[in-house]
Amino acid sequence: MSSKILEEANRIMTICNACRYCEGFCAVFPAMELRRIFTESDLKYMANLCHNCRGCYYACQYAPPHEFNLNVPRTLAQLRLHTYQEFAWPASFKGVFNKNGKVVAAITILCVLLLTLTSLARHGSSAFFASQAGPGSFYAIIPYPVLLVLFSAVGIFACVSLWKGMKNLWRATEGKAEMFRSPAYNLRAVWDVLRLRYLEGGGDGCNYPDDKFSMQRRSMHHFTFYGFLLCFASTVVALTYDHALGIAAPYAFFSLPVLLGTLGGVSLAIGTIGLYRLKKLMDKEPAYAEAFPMDISFIMLLCSVTISGLLLLVFRSTSIMGILLCIHLGLVMALFITMPYSKFVHGVYRYAALVRHAGEQIQANPVRKKP
Amino acid sequence: MKPTQEPRIDPSETFDVLVIGGGNAALCAAMTASEAGARVVLLEASPWEFRGGNSRHTRNLRYMHRSANGFLTGPYLEDEFFKDLLLVTKGNTNEDLARFTIRESAEVGDWMMAHGVRFQPSMRGTLHLSRTNAFFRGGGKALVNAYYATCERLGVKILYDAEVTDLDMSDGLFRSATVNHKGTVLQLRARCMIAASGGFQADLEWLKRSWGEAADNFIVRGSPYDKGVVLRVLREKGADTVGDPSQCHCVAIDARAPKYDGGIVTRLDCVPFGICVNKEAKRFYNEGEEFWPKRYAIWGRLVAQQQGQTAYSIIDAKSIDLFMPSVFPPIEAGSIKELAHKLGLDPDSLESTIQEYNAATTPGAFDSNALDGLATTGLEPIKSNWARPIDTAPFYGYPLRPGITFTYLSLKIDEQARMLMQDGKPSKNIFAAGELVSGNILGQGYMAGFGMTIGTVFGRIAGKESAKCLQKS
Ligand SMILES: Cc1cc2nc3c(=O)[nH]c(=O)nc-3n(C[C@H](O)[C@H](O)[C@H](O)COP(=O)(O)OP(=O)(O)OC[C@H]3O[C@@H](n4cnc5c(N)ncnc54)[C@H](O)[C@@H]3O)c2cc1C
Ligand code: SF4
Ligand code: SF4
Repeated sequence: MSSKILEEANRIMTICNACRYCEGFCAVFPAMELRRIFTESDLKYMANLCHNCRGCYYACQYAPPHEFNLNVPRTLAQLRLHTYQEFAWPASFKGVFNKNGKVVAAITILCVLLLTLTSLARHGSSAFFASQAGPGSFYAIIPYPVLLVLFSAVGIFACVSLWKGMKNLWRATEGKAEMFRSPAYNLRAVWDVLRLRYLEGGGDGCNYPDDKFSMQRRSMHHFTFYGFLLCFASTVVALTYDHALGIAAPYAFFSLPVLLGTLGGVSLAIGTIGLYRLKKLMDKEPAYAEAFPMDISFIMLLCSVTISGLLLLVFRSTSIMGILLCIHLGLVMALFITMPYSKFVHGVYRYAALVRHAGEQIQANPVRKKP
Repeated sequence: MKPTQEPRIDPSETFDVLVIGGGNAALCAAMTASEAGARVVLLEASPWEFRGGNSRHTRNLRYMHRSANGFLTGPYLEDEFFKDLLLVTKGNTNEDLARFTIRESAEVGDWMMAHGVRFQPSMRGTLHLSRTNAFFRGGGKALVNAYYATCERLGVKILYDAEVTDLDMSDGLFRSATVNHKGTVLQLRARCMIAASGGFQADLEWLKRSWGEAADNFIVRGSPYDKGVVLRVLREKGADTVGDPSQCHCVAIDARAPKYDGGIVTRLDCVPFGICVNKEAKRFYNEGEEFWPKRYAIWGRLVAQQQGQTAYSIIDAKSIDLFMPSVFPPIEAGSIKELAHKLGLDPDSLESTIQEYNAATTPGAFDSNALDGLATTGLEPIKSNWARPIDTAPFYGYPLRPGITFTYLSLKIDEQARMLMQDGKPSKNIFAAGELVSGNILGQGYMAGFGMTIGTVFGRIAGKESAKCLQKS
């Protein structure tokens, strides 16, 4: 990693530590205040603790053009992007973060083409575009064993490499194993994640799209996060139906998996479109421009997964079901394959940083102050 | 975000209220006048990026309150507040006006919140203020941003880069202001004027009249735009003043600080834990006289009296973690001689000063949180607390310079924030607030968080009274 970025992060944190006016906004400042000097590992940890709310940019009396030229959100975003690269597993895939937008787009197109073309070749165009309906119709397009093997493989791959990445971060930031295993610290971190505490800023939200405080980003992130969870739940329920109960997809509109999936899909669509809009409108000064392609490609991929899923639901008994299914599954596959190398990692790394933060704070202030 | 276009100003228009300044006091005045129905124009000398004067560097304000709340740990009532004020000013205050200010400050917190300010519990390292002072979340710039946003919503016309250079007035009646707006000269008329343009601490030439050439080496902790132009013009045109014109609040800060606008981060809290020497490597005052916040202001003066207005605080490894971190790293060395070399001091002199000091220290329990009475014996000047030998490498040095916070010379006002003329009569349509009037109450010394109180209280009064004055005329 370029030592210039670390030097800059160290410089800004040293200034902030002498000031501390922003300690009410987020977790970074209380973490900073436990330290007098910042090691490389401290800085990487704090960079992943930052939720990019930008409160500390607009509130900073030293923001440019002041000669101290302090831009905390941008500097931490830059360092964060470097940690994504550094901690990627396997290490030979680091480079994916360099041209992230292009790579994610290419993998997505490849996955969609692969599924569509192989099915087309297998069925011939007349069968592929024949309208199908009823239980098992999805498997007529892509056979069940193929689906199972393909998706288990990418799912397992994503989980393993995300886990390895998180371990890399934990080690590089010198986190202690006991802390990571502690149920109390994990519980606090889970709670912080579930309510997206640090997107509340100090209570009035983040500074998006401009310098005024607003809950927009938090709401849109909530739609995305819970939408994603609902879709995930829908998949798990569907798998159980299929394996344990022997009921084959597609399911009726008012069945549990479809209800969960529809709700999740709509929520995810609202959330991703909302986040995209904020990204487009936002003041670019506090942002790190080189991270845009990564952010945008991830949001677009998530959004297209959910839109294709919803379209599939609507058109599943028509002749375009086959192609929609292939597109949708191709997108899902791309999402999983790129997960450890896309913006998705922010969730995993931030979670680890929050566990560490919970541990540090509970140890430093044993009696929890009333909020 | 920076406004994309300037408000349209029609030079033939006569405004209701013209507010000079763009800090806390000016903003409070503009919001209040505007809410009372006045058409308000606010003139801020600085560009948008540096708006908010010294107020953007603040972190808290002190106000009277009857009970604890989410961010204040207990009640703070009039008598205690006034007693604290007497202590810092040594009685150099106007009791009626001071008590009036304190009473008017009661519960300003709610008003501030209604106008966009957010509070948080006292910051770490400042717990002694947790009962009396309310801290702004994000500090003074966040407060100023909130007030500007409220002003915009209320329709106040705001001009940045708009320095008032002259006033057209006679017999205490204001008619118009001459404004240098980005190089264009405007003449703006208004029925009332509120002066809230801060002190003159950024005008080093003015300071030189009292401090001589030494003022060249002063560092201005806050805004370079607080040059006292309006104060000077008003005084020339018959306004009465109060407060010692030669005095300013001046503290010892890191000599490496920027000339202007370095703000809070350049403070150094290490002095009581070591010794302080001048360019001759000689001590010159008792470093352990009192807790630092109670003494840092006299140290500004002390350093100003040294050659080159520079001094050096020297501590050893035992003390490096005892004070709030500061923005510039200490100069570090393995031996005293090496440290002297790095600081540009004579190594033999520094070594003998430290040997002499070390020899005068006495054994005893050291406690950084109390006046521990650990004093030197037979040393001139004495160090009366926290006197541990400086003997553990690495050794650290910080260069010090005087840093000016604000000046005391103020416009005289009454309880309606009306500016008083030299004949003792109040002006008919000129009001004043903030640092520009603080000398009425804070004749000397400083009480943490009181500058913002004076600005908020008299800013609001000036806004309200100016609106009343419109109805009369
Ligand atoms: C580093 C630092 C920390 C401080 N911390 C605190 C604290 O925590 N709590 C506290 O209560 N006090 C604090 N103070 C003191 C506090 O800053 C002042 O008491 C307070 O800000 C005064 O407010 P004001 O509006 O009168 O002046 P300012 O905020 O200084 O505003 C004056 C305004 O007038 C403008 N102006 C000047 N001349 C002209 C002109 N000719 N034409 C047009 N505009 C003009 C300036 O640009 C500026 O916007 C601190 C001061 C400093 C330097
Ligand atoms: S971002 Fe600026 S105002 Fe906030 S703590 Fe850092 S230096 Fe202070
Ligand atoms: S951008 Fe927000 S989350 Fe990040 S350091 Fe600043 S205040 Fe904290």
